[in-house]
Amino acid sequence: MTVGQPVADGQPVASGQPMIGARDLAVVFGGRVRAVDGVDLEVDAGEIVALVGESGCGKTTLARTLLGLEKPTAGTVLFEGKPLDYRRLKDFRRQVQLVLQDPLGALNPRHTVYDAVAEGLRIHKVPGDEQAQVSEALSQAGLRPPERFFLRYPHELSGGQRQRVVIAGALALKPRVLIADEPVSSLDASVRGEILGLLLRLRDELGLTVLVVTHDLGLAWNIADRVAVMYLGRIVEVGPTADVLQSPQHPYTQALLSVVPDIARTEQIVLTGEPPDPARIPTGCRFHPRCPVVLAECTSVVLPILGIEPGHRAACVRVT
Amino acid sequence: MSLLEFRDVSVDYGDIPAVRGVTLNIERGEVLGIAGESGCGKSTLAATVLRLLPDSARVGGAVILDDQDVLTMTWGRLRAVRWADAAIVFQGALHGLNPVQAIGKQLAEPIRLHKTATDVDARVAELLTQVGLPPSRARAFPHELSGGQRQRVMIAMALACAPDLIIADEPTTALDVMVQAQVLDLLTSLVRELNMGMVLISHDLGVLGTTCDRIAVMYAGRIVETGPALDIFDDPRHPYTRALAGAFPRIGDDAARYAPVGLPGDPPYAGDLPSGCTFHPRCPEVMPECATTTVELRPAGPGRAAACLRVLP
Ligand SMILES: Nc1ncnc2c1ncn2[C@@H]1O[C@H](COP(=O)(O)OP(=O)(O)O)[C@@H](O)[C@H]1O
Ligand SMILES: Nc1ncnc2c1ncn2[C@@H]1O[C@H](COP(=O)(O)OP(=O)(O)O)[C@@H](O)[C@H]1O
Ligand SMILES: [Mg+2]
Ligand SMILES: [Mg+2]
Repeated sequence: MTVGQPVADGQPVASGQPMIGARDLAVVFGGRVRAVDGVDLEVDAGEIVALVGESGCGKTTLARTLLGLEKPTAGTVLFEGKPLDYRRLKDFRRQVQLVLQDPLGALNPRHTVYDAVAEGLRIHKVPGDEQAQVSEALSQAGLRPPERFFLRYPHELSGGQRQRVVIAGALALKPRVLIADEPVSSLDASVRGEILGLLLRLRDELGLTVLVVTHDLGLAWNIADRVAVMYLGRIVEVGPTADVLQSPQHPYTQALLSVVPDIARTEQIVLTGEPPDPARIPTGCRFHPRCPVVLAECTSVVLPILGIEPGHRAACVRVT
Repeated sequence: MSLLEFRDVSVDYGDIPAVRGVTLNIERGEVLGIAGESGCGKSTLAATVLRLLPDSARVGGAVILDDQDVLTMTWGRLRAVRWADAAIVFQGALHGLNPVQAIGKQLAEPIRLHKTATDVDARVAELLTQVGLPPSRARAFPHELSGGQRQRVMIAMALACAPDLIIADEPTTALDVMVQAQVLDLLTSLVRELNMGMVLISHDLGVLGTTCDRIAVMYAGRIVETGPALDIFDDPRHPYTRALAGAFPRIGDDAARYAPVGLPGDPPYAGDLPSGCTFHPRCPEVMPECATTTVELRPAGPGRAAACLRVLP
């Protein structure tokens, strides 16, 4: 089955209206761990952007900071083009919702589907008919008819249905942005496609903006308009999905792509060594100790932070 | 003679049939992949090899490892077989390692128990080197290691007594792509180097397609398709295999852009299986007779078989 509507000419449907973004953002833990170390990013209204990279590269920290859950050490989070006001986050917290993965504990096993979806409405003291709002969110997440799911418990649902309940919980608050952190990484192959199809449909039907954090490049190929590749706290390559994934410019992106299981693949570039340590970021290009095509100047070169202007760009001295 | 042979193996948990008549074999130097959604019986089938199933499980058929039926072995003999003839690497490497003991000590335990080396420390160092860790890491505790390093320790553990067969149950499911590539590289090169056999279990047909020699696809406790890995991945014959293969898009395939492929519904509950072909309620190509006809594996090309009425010999 094919879920989701293919976009006519494969072009992004984004509006060009800035929705959520970061400028020169840094998040340092304990004065040493530079988890996010200078990030510029803009996600436009109605756009789906995939943030990809190995574990430990700072994806979750960046996502949490965009959600207002973590305060930047330096730089700014922007919502609709305006800097976030940390004394007035109430409205923002409704409009930007986090979606986690059910198998990793997003649902409480002792709460019914109804209570799980109503929880956010109650926390935010949203006025209006609670049952109608829960019903609408469940339908939007593809759980129809919604009343049939009200009194079920997570263990009585399939993996796909549980993940839909998690998404319905976010939708109940009528957000404008979903930030999904590894929404499908431990789900079965069959469920994965269903959930990705749902994210696409929500963008098409509700105009939602989606930032999806993942190490799964196939996911990005499936649904993202643009891809941002993160390495050790920085975005090292960004651009339209087809450009970044079909003609990657940064050696790190090339290596990541080469290890995606694919029988048509020519040659794997398996990077050795340990996941890099954000407490000890190398000088020069931060990727140089693991770079298969490193040049002498890479140990000292100062690479500027990739800005938010449109197009395909990479932070590498080999790219002119 | 095969290294491992499943002969019509079945496993029931009480009155729930989790594995229903599986026949399969693995040769030395071969990597066999087992694919399928969660709950289809992959882990249960694998656990029969070392009889690691709970008491509630009733096992039928025969599991022949190195010419002996594991299912009828005495416990004494079975203890010798575990580690020395066959070893399991589990998912995620979270279980299986003792959090309060240095990894070198944990590696030494099976070596001492089975007396497979006289200089135990030297063997521990050799094992760590084999899996790409510096021997000095023997003093590290599990929490001091990254996920990928812990998985390497689990592999070293499985290699400790030089088994003929390794069973890797979702060894990379919790790991990211680069670490996954490192671990799979390591496993497959060890299999070739040491001329072992390996059973690799995964729900990711892409991983199996690039790593295995042959693949068996399971659905509801049965094998529904087997064949050479590349054939299965490239040209699946069973509609279920096609759905699994489609779920992981090939980057560059324009048909997959903005069109993720899923398979609606769920694998059936083992205690309440559909009639006829158990896949028929979810099958995109179902025919009326599928609900009433039990379909066995039938030839589907050179070295291939599929259990689908649409597959013509
Ligand atoms: N609260 C924290 N305190 C200290 N270090 C942290 C904290 N959160 C994350 N880190 C560190 O920051 C780095 C980036 O982590 P994370 O954002 O979770 O990466 P990813 O999501 O890409 O795996 C890691 O080295 C991690 O250990
Ligand atoms: N200890 C057990 N007791 C009862 N049922 C079990 C037990 N272990 C597994 N099952 C059931 O057996 C079936 C197969 O499970 P399993 O072998 O774990 O599948 P897989 O590894 O493919 O996910 C499932 O329906 C599961 O619920
Ligand atoms: Mg993360
Ligand atoms: Mg399993």
